Amino acid sequence: MRIKFDVSALRQTKWHDYAVRFIFGGLITAVAGIITKQCGPGIGGLFLAFPAIFPAGATLIEKHEKQKKEKHGLEGTTRGTEAASIDAAGAAMGSIGLLAFAFVVWRFVTHHNPWLVLAAATLVWLTVSVLIWDIRKAA
Amino acid sequence: MSQILARFLVGGAVVSVFAAVGDVLKPKSFAGLFGAAPSVALATLGLTIVAEGVPYATVEARSMIAGALALFAYASFASWIMMRYHFKALLTTICSMPLWFGVAFGVWHFWLR
Repeated sequence: MRIKFDVSALRQTKWHDYAVRFIFGGLITAVAGIITKQCGPGIGGLFLAFPAIFPAGATLIEKHEKQKKEKHGLEGTTRGTEAASIDAAGAAMGSIGLLAFAFVVWRFVTHHNPWLVLAAATLVWLTVSVLIWDIRKAA
Repeated sequence: MSQILARFLVGGAVVSVFAAVGDVLKPKSFAGLFGAAPSVALATLGLTIVAEGVPYATVEARSMIAGALALFAYASFASWIMMRYHFKALLTTICSMPLWFGVAFGVWHFWLR
């Protein structure tokens, strides 16, 4: 299956959907900082993989798919939920990449340039996630 | 206070960028990978390195391993529930949150603490 870019999807998203993501993303980053201050980096670090914007993202996908079906006069509720489920399955694959990201930062940030390590870890996240997605698709 | 505001702004911006990238990608399962992008981690670790130093960020990254395992369990469970029972996305993703907390704190307590 080919990976495609569809820039028109950005127009489907309303400004308040972007605002919700910005606010939730900002809130969890701020809260993670507060938890780290209060409880230490051991507990605070857990929240670096907290699914803060996941409910908002899944709801948005469900809504878009439902609207697409209903535009053609079809019932879109089931299709909407299935689309959100497929997106969540993708996030599960991405979370293995996220684990690799955390591992790379943990093992290498002390002895190397921390900014290069963050960049390399992001590349590792993308590579591992795409590889798992590719293997899953081929299976 | 200014540090919390900086975290809010940087976190919001990084999360929005990754989410927008996910929006334009197809198929859906591939776009879903960006639902687990290291957006909060990049913002937090970057600011932690500047404010607290590298050793602090190392401990955070170690704990993040437990958070990522929890995210895997959470996203897999939510995906299965929505496909199998067709529950609404918002209801499923909110009601599955205790699973994330259970796995994250469980792994941290028994393995990383």
